[in-house]
Amino acid sequence: MAQTKRELLIDPMVDNNPITLQVLGICSALAVTSSLQVAFVMSIAVTLVTAFSSMFISMIRNQIPSSIRIIVQMVIIASLVIMVDQVLKAYAFEISKTLSVFVGLIITNCIVMGRAEAFAMKNPPIASFVDGIGNGLGYGLILMMVGVIRELFGAGSLFGVTILETVNNGGWYVPNGMLLLPPSAFFIIGLIIWAFRTLKPEQVEEREYKIQVVEAH
Amino acid sequence: MGVRSFFDRIEPHFVKGGRYERYFPMYEMVESFLFTPKTVTTAAPHARSYVDMKRIMTYVVIATIPCIIMGLYNVGLQANTALADFPATGWRAALIEFFGIGFNPQNPLANFLHGLLYFLPIYITTLVVGGIWEVLFATVRRHEVNEGFLVTSMLYALIMPATTPLWQVALGISFGVVIGKEVFGGTGKNFLNPALTGRAFLYFAYPAQMSGDAIWVPVDGFTGATALAVTAADGVQALAAEGLTWTSSFIGTIPGSIGETSTLACLIGLAFLLVTRIANFRLVLGCLGGMIGFSLLLNLIGSDSNPMFAMPWYWHLVVGGYAFGLVFMVTEPVSASHTNVGRYIYGALIGVMVVMIRVINPAFPEGMMLAILFGNVFAPLIDHFVVQANIKRRARRNV
Repeated sequence: MAQTKRELLIDPMVDNNPITLQVLGICSALAVTSSLQVAFVMSIAVTLVTAFSSMFISMIRNQIPSSIRIIVQMVIIASLVIMVDQVLKAYAFEISKTLSVFVGLIITNCIVMGRAEAFAMKNPPIASFVDGIGNGLGYGLILMMVGVIRELFGAGSLFGVTILETVNNGGWYVPNGMLLLPPSAFFIIGLIIWAFRTLKPEQVEEREYKIQVVEAH
Repeated sequence: MGVRSFFDRIEPHFVKGGRYERYFPMYEMVESFLFTPKTVTTAAPHARSYVDMKRIMTYVVIATIPCIIMGLYNVGLQANTALADFPATGWRAALIEFFGIGFNPQNPLANFLHGLLYFLPIYITTLVVGGIWEVLFATVRRHEVNEGFLVTSMLYALIMPATTPLWQVALGISFGVVIGKEVFGGTGKNFLNPALTGRAFLYFAYPAQMSGDAIWVPVDGFTGATALAVTAADGVQALAAEGLTWTSSFIGTIPGSIGETSTLACLIGLAFLLVTRIANFRLVLGCLGGMIGFSLLLNLIGSDSNPMFAMPWYWHLVVGGYAFGLVFMVTEPVSASHTNVGRYIYGALIGVMVVMIRVINPAFPEGMMLAILFGNVFAPLIDHFVVQANIKRRARRNV
């Protein structure tokens, strides 16, 4: 074991963040971040699914034939997603309606599959579980950041509580309509990636090409 | 040569090793604004020409002058005409009354000055806010502040509706300069037109201030629909009832963004750009061809429910931002295609797209901005295929 449990938990926050470094799970990050509450529920759901699927896959990792491992992983992930979906429908029906198809799509979230393939297949259950929690939280962290910007400046509220009184309700704030559209999350995530890589230059990828300067004779 | 010697005296402080080394871009910006840049290309190949980047950018700004004059006149004309029915309020009215100019729409000078009072705040805001971003990036990234910003800011100010709140102007140009240009490496590396990027941001973020009927004439409570909005609702025939004739649209006395209404002024600018060879004629031909061809096709197809189908091409030419976009945005060399064949295709793509958006998409009455941005995105791809086709053709020749 190269990494301690603590590192497994902390690393995916900034140093190895699934969204900003690996650029995974972008689809749901665009779709569910217009309201902070929904983004929060989504983060918890993904964290739990990633953690438990990694743990269960890790438990049987030595029994899974390599040729059908993706199918086995999918069965485990899908079962967990269905459980999350049922729980949400039972206890938080309004939110589950807003999340709609995106709960089901956690199955296809690259972060879940990615951790199963990259980590859980090679590491013991407890470490895999911690790794899943860490990556889920890293995902959630970015979702929260995007969600705060989008809900605060797009609708003038946080968690549905009005912070900036909008013009339509007699206040002074003119909401930025673009932030409520999914493409705005592209800009925000891009800017977050820019900020992360400015703070941590080691995350910057190497150039694919080099501009050659021919010196004058 | 007092100014020159002043620059020569302070230059050592700004070059490498000097006290204010960090602020070299600012020094360079002011110096190269006043004098011809001293730096020349050292690496081969060489092409000797007087047309450097500074001159290109200055020519484009010169080419916008007819649009500025017509735009200011028209904003004032629209406002003064509308003021017959509405009371004049605000600091502009106070200023005009203080100088005793009056609000007579028959008086060209009064119109022009009234328009100037709307244009200047927008333009100054654009220059200051955009300039701060430019200098900030130039200082941190150690590249030079480029005259290109003068073009961007002028075009941006001219495609704003006169009523745009200044904080939105500031936000839009910030987005345009930072996301449209600087994050990709600055002038020459921007694949989107920065001025249009800024306007597109405002269009989607604050649709209430960027589209609709109430924003084109800067008088509170007055609504004046653009020619495109009228046609989309009731067809070309309805334009006459609104007092919009083809001639008035061509000359530019119709509601619209500040600088875009006058096709005539745009064409004067186009002539200047073509004669000086700043604008590539292939782009213009492609864009005209695409627009005319596709609108003729749609005229032929026809539609019972959508009156826009019947809009003839000579109307498409004079209404909305088509002419302005054609002259100043489609021909922008950086974001356009770089191969000659590609330029025809790129132009035609924009021409087809603008008619498509105007006619077929009911959500957007105007399509030039989105069509050009769409074309910008595809320009590198078009170039790629043109280059590949050329390679294949020449390879076949040498079997």
